[in-house]
Amino acid sequence: MSEPQIALNRPRQASSDREQEVIANVQCGRRDSFYELVRPYERRLYAAAFAILRNENDAEDTAQEAMLKAFANIGKFRAQARFSTWLIQIAVNEALMRRRRQQTVVMEGIDDRRDQDSEYTPREFADWREVPSEALERKEVRQRLAKALASLDRKYREVFVLRDMEQLNIQETAEALGISAASVKTRLLRARLMLRDLLAAGWEQGWFSRLPFEKGSKPW
Amino acid sequence: MVVNCEKVWREISNYIDGDVDAALRSAMDEHFQSCRKCASVLAGTRNVIQLYGDERMLEVPEGFSRRLEKRIAKSVAVKRTRWVTWATWLIPAAAIALIAGGLKLTNMFSFPRPVRSILAVPANNIPPDLQVLVADGSRLFHVPGCDLIRNKTSLREMTAKEAMQQGYVPCSRCLKQYLKTQGVRPRDEDPDSEAGESAPTVRGELNP
Repeated sequence: MSEPQIALNRPRQASSDREQEVIANVQCGRRDSFYELVRPYERRLYAAAFAILRNENDAEDTAQEAMLKAFANIGKFRAQARFSTWLIQIAVNEALMRRRRQQTVVMEGIDDRRDQDSEYTPREFADWREVPSEALERKEVRQRLAKALASLDRKYREVFVLRDMEQLNIQETAEALGISAASVKTRLLRARLMLRDLLAAGWEQGWFSRLPFEKGSKPW
Repeated sequence: MVVNCEKVWREISNYIDGDVDAALRSAMDEHFQSCRKCASVLAGTRNVIQLYGDERMLEVPEGFSRRLEKRIAKSVAVKRTRWVTWATWLIPAAAIALIAGGLKLTNMFSFPRPVRSILAVPANNIPPDLQVLVADGSRLFHVPGCDLIRNKTSLREMTAKEAMQQGYVPCSRCLKQYLKTQGVRPRDEDPDSEAGESAPTVRGELNP
């Protein structure tokens, strides 16, 4: 085994020249270009907000509020930062504030008391070697993945979403959530292994492999 | 270095992220070669990251983009409207201020004392309840018996206050004469030497 890192479907990218140009235009007063600027990130903002709030309406409203806040503060954005990270951090902040207002912390706090540094032992050892990305074309698969993610405790879910779905790095995730980098790593490990456990069971039941175009036969 | 399964599970996330030192990486590589369970955990964890990292997992509710675009467009429009409103008000306000200032300056230097009609003078001290006469075809009001009343067939009687409210002006002859005989002195006839004297004797005078 010599692959240190997996190749992500969405590699981290610095802001493109085109994006920098549009940012400069918006900062100079061409405000009509703002939607063009944020459109590529709208789904990521929603996902970040949903991971924290777990409510579609709240997440949508928060994503919109975050966009408007970014719009109002676009003059403060500096080119040294990644625009996507800046946007996501605004959305996370908005979502955390909203959750504080709603006081759902109390409701979710019980699960979070578990010692995060306790040993974790994988439960499933099914030989889950590969999942074709075509599996994600099926809504059922996406729903099962979303359900597995939703079943995680809040602190694991938030870290996992920001790190593995939003592609923030460890430090950015730590800053966005106001926790240490060490906590991010611990929670990330736990989240990844718990999801592996949850989904490996599905793998054994075969719901990953039922691709409609394969008519029941495995393509690999 | 030799690592056991528990150590591998603790470090597997860092291993995937490339966040372990060379010695540990080498030891883990060796372990994965010989341990089927840990190799399965590694493969499964990679699958998790691969699947959730896919763009297709970022699903949004139906109509999300449309609603967001609409809200942003509205916000942009509001900002522009605010600017236009400010500009719309600011320019006329500045123009009015300039004109008013110019007029004030003109008045200060050109007309140190206001010009007043001599007909307006007696009106200062006319008792408001004084019974006066007005006639058709004239804008004057008179004390009864005034020789200058022209159309005597259409005389109407009213108080001085009513007459002035209806736009009539006092007759310069009869009203002046009346005020003199009643001991009321028109203001502009007050000599400077008499400044500080008591107020006119007729109370309740009109001050238009």
